[in-house]
Amino acid sequence: MAKNVLKLENVTMQFGGVVAVNDLSLEVNEGEIIALIGPNGAGKTTAFNCITGVYEPTNGRISFNGETMLENCPHGKMKKLYAGTNAGKFTKVIRKTPDVITKMGIARTFQNIRLFKTMTVLENVLVACHMFVKTGVVFSMLGLGKKEEAAMRQQAMEYIRFMGLEDVADEIAANLPYGKQRHLEIARALAARPKLLLLDEPAAGMNPQETAELMELIRRIRDEFNLTVFMIEHHMDLVMGISDRIYVIDFGKQIAEGTPVEIQNNPAVIAAYLGEEEEA
Amino acid sequence: MSKKKKNIINICLLAALFVVLFVLEQTLSGGSMLLTVLKKGAIYALIACSMNLLNGFTGLFSLGQAGFMLLGAYTYAIFTIPVEARADVYQYFDGGIIQFTLPVIVAIILAGIVAALFASLIGMPVLRLKSDYLAIATLGFAEIIRAFMMFEGLGPITNGSNLLKKFPTFSTILFPFAVAGVCIALIVMLINSSYGRAFKAIRDDEVAAEAMGVNLFKHKQTAFVISSFFAGIGGALLAMYQSTVQANAFKSAMTYEILLIVVIGGIGSITGSILASFLYIASSEWWLRFLDETAFIGSFQVPLLRSGFRMVVFSIIIMVIVLFYRQGIMGTREYSLDALLRFFKNLPAKIKSIGKKKKGEDAAASEEVQ
Amino acid sequence: MDFIVANLPYLLTGISVGGQYALIAIGYTMVYGILRLINFAHGDLFMIAGFIMVYASASLPLYISLPLVIILTVVLGVLIERVAYKPLRSAPRMSVMISAIGVSYLLQNFAWYVTGGLAKIYPEIPWISDSVQIGPVSTSRITIITPILTIVLIIALVVLIKRTKIGMAMRAVSRDFETSQLMGININRVISTTFIIGSFLAAIGSILYFSRYTTVTPTIGAMPGLKAFVAAVFGGIGSIPGAVIGAFIIGICENIIKALGYTTFSDAFTFALLIVILIFKPTGLFGEKESEKV
Repeated sequence: MAKNVLKLENVTMQFGGVVAVNDLSLEVNEGEIIALIGPNGAGKTTAFNCITGVYEPTNGRISFNGETMLENCPHGKMKKLYAGTNAGKFTKVIRKTPDVITKMGIARTFQNIRLFKTMTVLENVLVACHMFVKTGVVFSMLGLGKKEEAAMRQQAMEYIRFMGLEDVADEIAANLPYGKQRHLEIARALAARPKLLLLDEPAAGMNPQETAELMELIRRIRDEFNLTVFMIEHHMDLVMGISDRIYVIDFGKQIAEGTPVEIQNNPAVIAAYLGEEEEA
Repeated sequence: MSKKKKNIINICLLAALFVVLFVLEQTLSGGSMLLTVLKKGAIYALIACSMNLLNGFTGLFSLGQAGFMLLGAYTYAIFTIPVEARADVYQYFDGGIIQFTLPVIVAIILAGIVAALFASLIGMPVLRLKSDYLAIATLGFAEIIRAFMMFEGLGPITNGSNLLKKFPTFSTILFPFAVAGVCIALIVMLINSSYGRAFKAIRDDEVAAEAMGVNLFKHKQTAFVISSFFAGIGGALLAMYQSTVQANAFKSAMTYEILLIVVIGGIGSITGSILASFLYIASSEWWLRFLDETAFIGSFQVPLLRSGFRMVVFSIIIMVIVLFYRQGIMGTREYSLDALLRFFKNLPAKIKSIGKKKKGEDAAASEEVQ
Repeated sequence: MDFIVANLPYLLTGISVGGQYALIAIGYTMVYGILRLINFAHGDLFMIAGFIMVYASASLPLYISLPLVIILTVVLGVLIERVAYKPLRSAPRMSVMISAIGVSYLLQNFAWYVTGGLAKIYPEIPWISDSVQIGPVSTSRITIITPILTIVLIIALVVLIKRTKIGMAMRAVSRDFETSQLMGININRVISTTFIIGSFLAAIGSILYFSRYTTVTPTIGAMPGLKAFVAAVFGGIGSIPGAVIGAFIIGICENIIKALGYTTFSDAFTFALLIVILIFKPTGLFGEKESEKV
């Protein structure tokens, strides 16, 4: 039995009256590459935002390596408004902030690239290394962190090299071409030394060749860094070619789970995607 | 040029600066405008840098600087007024309750610490607020601090709304330069450290910074406390420069003034803040003084020139910078020896090209006329 | 009850000052609602309105100088927007706020230059400055007029916003700047209207305020300006009834504190109130929650 890294139990995320993620339960096991797919607006990125602590789920529990990161039950104003299920199942309110979750070992990339625009590529990656800094702020101010800084730079350069960005290491991030910005997002996430890497549409805007390269890259990332990868993606070639398992959600609800072959033949999935096409 | 060589040249330049300052002080009379400007400019440079650390590098729009300067100035003054002078200074409060003095340097550091301490208390609630709410809350805190300092109930310590005076001032111009220089060097080191990068990351994108493991609150708090620490020291120096302090002078207008210096220099450039401080003080205290005096050319009185005109011209210049040169003098660039050398190398060419451009424009204009 | 009777003059003053703050606060809250900008120059506009009245009434009869004050203040308000804020429409919020501080600095220095830094005596406006008797207290008529006039103006404003086309456009713009632009709303017209209304109310507020305090100085706008802004935040910025209620609360509390003998703290109290509200209900009493999209 593979050890499970990430576990979502009955996670519901409701904004006012809108239920964006509805009773979502899933498990990601160590070393797997898992994809989360679904039509636009199905709640995929919202699910990611819940996992990384950006949003506070309205109900449910999310745990990482067996430790509860987030747990919530409808309370306060939400008590009346709550439209999901399993309202009584959870009782505790635990909320770790995004930075703590990252420190626990989950790093992510963003769908709508969010780099530190005025900083160089190297500096972007160094920011992710910052949480490992041991020199205190007063010592840094007195210039006593030079050694650690040098080591950090070396390490950061390794991630940059791995992602093929060494030529542009001193460029300002905002000036990079789109594809390189996507690569930098991944380099930066890797520098946080995660055990679980969340990729939010890493292939968005890429052509088929680039997508194929990315597929190879994601595999290499998993193998070299001993990671588990959980990604949201729309490119079906990439999803079907690389995933060990796939979760499909629609209107915030899980509609299928299985291997790529199973998913391709799943009538509910076909209906969700084709139904969309028919309407269009 | 090797890094070592550059360092040596930079150190030489710095030493030369101090020698020049020393010579100036020995040769010029005490009332010289140049010395006044240099003294006040150095102090403002430190305060502007401390504000830039917060507003420019961490992206926190805070308007509490005057409050922290006030705390620094008062802490310094209260603990350094000689015991024998206290009866006179605190004449309405029986000589006050503090009957000891601290050495000047200790008092200056204490001034920073008191400001930092208050900042850490204030930071807890306000740093969670979003940009403009933060601005107004910090502005409010500065006003509250001012009210407390003027409160007669605290008179035995703060002398209420009366002046504090007779505390030691500096005897040489080298003193404010040395203190401000050390403090600015510390700020620069901080900005160039990993913490400085985390601050900039917060400024660029809070959500991404947090997702990269940067504890937002802790880092904002750190920037806020350190900035206030140096504002406190700046306040102490300002008290020494003025030789008297009164809480009433530390109004929000003072914060605005420093903010405008930061903007003129370039938000996010320490070099810019330093240059702008000297420029600002020089223009407001010296170069533009003539605008305040009625002048005659022959028997013709030059219009507009009278008391107050200087500040009007000055605020118009500031508005022009804010509206049309939003980058300020330096943008986000910093001093480096290479850049300085390049600047001087290109200077003749630049002047020439400006001349040419003018000629070209004239030619174009005359063509158009034809 | 004894407390109320004993402090009735302060209470009345508080209500009256509250009304004046309310008139200024609306300018803040409306501009913030639409541009997300703290218009730091608004308090100084209020000060300039005071000076215009001082100079205008020196040579003109009251029935000309009063409308003139209002017209010039409105023109100045719109001009400030055109010159100092419009070019920065796409700039970061901090730049616009700095520009607002710059304008405030300019107006103060300009006023200082014109007056030579001397306080000017505000002209006495007959009738409204006369004193009247309310129960045991005698007070000037302005104390009674202010809250009534404030409420009348605000009702008119609410009707304007709820019932007219431009009001609808204003509501749309304050909801979503970009989308309303795409929907064909003339943003510049909406913004100008906002500044016209804000400046108009500031001019009225100025007339009422200075008729009572009688001296105008170049920096006098800063404090009432800040307090009015606090009132706007207190009530939930962007909400007009919120700003009005906030203004009355602040005006009354401030004067009660003065009555208790803590005049030094009357300004500080306003800010303490602001900070407390920001901590416990950051969006104010009637404000709506905003969330950022990730």
